[in-house]
Amino acid sequence: MKKEWPLWEVFIRSQHGLAHKHVGSTHAPDAEMAIKNARDVYTRRNEGVSIWVVKSADVVASSPGDKEALFEPAQDKIYRHPTFFPVPEEVKHM
Amino acid sequence: MYAQMVDTGANKVRGLEEMSAQERAFQERIDAGIKIEPKDWMPEAYRKTLIRQISQHAHSEIVGMLPEGNWISRAPSLKRKAILLAKVQDEAGHGLYLYSAAETLGVSRDQLVDELHAGRAKYSSIFNYPTLTWADIGTIGWLVDGAAIMNQIPLCRCSFGPYSRAMIRVCKEESFHQRQGYDLLISLCRDGTAEQKAMAQDALNRWWWPALMMFGPSDAESVHSAQSQAWRIKIFSNDELRQRFVDQTVPQAEYLGLTIPDPDLKWNAERGHYDFGAIDWDEFYNVLKGNGPCNRERLRARRQAWEDGAWVRDAAIAHAEKRAARTAQAA
Amino acid sequence: MSEAKIEYLLRLGDSALILGQRVSEWIGHAPIMEEDVALANVALDLIGQARLWFGYAGELEGRGRDEDALAFLREAHEYRNVLLVEQPNGNFADTLVRQFLFDAWHHALLEGLSQSHDPRIAEIAVKALKEVTYHLERSSDWVVRLGDGTEESHRKAQAALDELWTYTGELFAADAIDAELVAQGVAVDPASLREAWLHTVQAVCEAATLTAPPADAWMQSGGKQGRHTEHLGYILAEMQSLPRAHPGARW
Repeated sequence: MKKEWPLWEVFIRSQHGLAHKHVGSTHAPDAEMAIKNARDVYTRRNEGVSIWVVKSADVVASSPGDKEALFEPAQDKIYRHPTFFPVPEEVKHM
Repeated sequence: MYAQMVDTGANKVRGLEEMSAQERAFQERIDAGIKIEPKDWMPEAYRKTLIRQISQHAHSEIVGMLPEGNWISRAPSLKRKAILLAKVQDEAGHGLYLYSAAETLGVSRDQLVDELHAGRAKYSSIFNYPTLTWADIGTIGWLVDGAAIMNQIPLCRCSFGPYSRAMIRVCKEESFHQRQGYDLLISLCRDGTAEQKAMAQDALNRWWWPALMMFGPSDAESVHSAQSQAWRIKIFSNDELRQRFVDQTVPQAEYLGLTIPDPDLKWNAERGHYDFGAIDWDEFYNVLKGNGPCNRERLRARRQAWEDGAWVRDAAIAHAEKRAARTAQAA
Repeated sequence: MSEAKIEYLLRLGDSALILGQRVSEWIGHAPIMEEDVALANVALDLIGQARLWFGYAGELEGRGRDEDALAFLREAHEYRNVLLVEQPNGNFADTLVRQFLFDAWHHALLEGLSQSHDPRIAEIAVKALKEVTYHLERSSDWVVRLGDGTEESHRKAQAALDELWTYTGELFAADAIDAELVAQGVAVDPASLREAWLHTVQAVCEAATLTAPPADAWMQSGGKQGRHTEHLGYILAEMQSLPRAHPGARW
């Protein structure tokens, strides 16, 4: 037969309440084993409290060629950041 | 190192003015310390070199499980058994992180593994030496992992994102490997019997020169090395790293009361480094060519594991397909 | 009184250690690299459990034998593990079916022991139970995959089940040690685990399209009393070689 086990992307949420973060990938024949393999390979040192796996083939990514069109328009909208607005000396906290 | 003498396909390193606009933009990003990600444009030679380098590195981790795995069943205490088991397990894990990184470059793990099994891919020369006594396990941790860390810490800053992230993960875990090796040797050398200490000296005698060879031959003049440095997938020269390793290791050997088997080894106050004797590069090239004491055995063991496991891998796929078909039918 | 308890702790520790030793033989040779990592985790759990059981046994005994003295300086006839765990790894189906038959029993046993009147035993059992819950899930999944995979994997899984079945009777046979400790509320009556075990085994076999051999088949026994198969001698010869060759040395 000789078919390679499909590739899965692995995301782990650490103890500290942060969002799931991509940590790498693993091979597995099905979703259950993908979770188990991710557990065995990526949480040997207490790295996580929750795992997501997604078939790599199902990940849709933005294209590097679109980078300027997608991300540069946000660069000049500096008024979206709080530091854009000076706070008067007299007003201590805001 | 774990990836020795990686061919870059280059005859010379070209200047920015000789490059196409695309290549120049790529090189400028690297020079600016910006990471290259898998979907970014990259020169074909960069991609191929990285696949070669990362897969060599991964193969080294996987083949590297064998010499140490050889002693799991004979570890002399339950604590040491657990530590060694966890260490060899880490090596499998590191191999997996690295294959993952290589796979982002558009090659499958099975392809890479096939290259290894066919004898077309290299792995580190060091794993073709036998582990003859328990002291070898300590010595490998101390010297081999010590040398590996020296090479891998700079690679955390390499230009290819997935490789650098894999290296960060590996380095975090690997300092345990060197320490457990040294700790094992402390038990033999400082707290042990005369026989145990002799065992440690014997291991150092056998591993010292192969450990120095791990860094690869002098690459001061090597075009591949220069190209890899320009691409920031190699950060320091082989000789620089080797010197650093010797300087670091000598006092550690002294603490253990062991003698490094090199009559020419001595402190050079002028250079601020240790001088050391000539390395037998003839031996190195022969080990690389397949003539080391264990080359055939190591590859045979890996090939056999793969071939014996084929029916298991097939069964898992067959079962997944059956189940998917059943679910589809039920829906 | 503590004689029986020491014996009981050695049974628990020895089975965990010998299975851990067996499983660790796979490392570097597994069918796929993810499995090297996974099998190492199982072996590490088991060896960790053995250390806890031995630690307690050594303390109760009070003769200065620590975990290593118990692991490395006892002869085969002093070992108290069940026969199932010392059987060779064979192929991957042999290993995983052995693991599954053991895990299903081990899980039920630890569930019971987590209610032991001996707080130390209960504490160790609670910790081990978490690990073994994962082992059982993993080995059940694999038995199903192999049984209901390809023709070849089905054949191998069925052969493993037929071959190993004869070592499962011992898991449920009580002797005087068990009886004494059950009466004190310290141990679990092995016979009481049988129903839950059979239930698990039959459910998994069904999902795996495998046929469990008859429950009343002839069963081997003796491991718990120190009468072993020929395999244990070799396991110990290898495992104990260094401490035996260097009496008194520390590692």
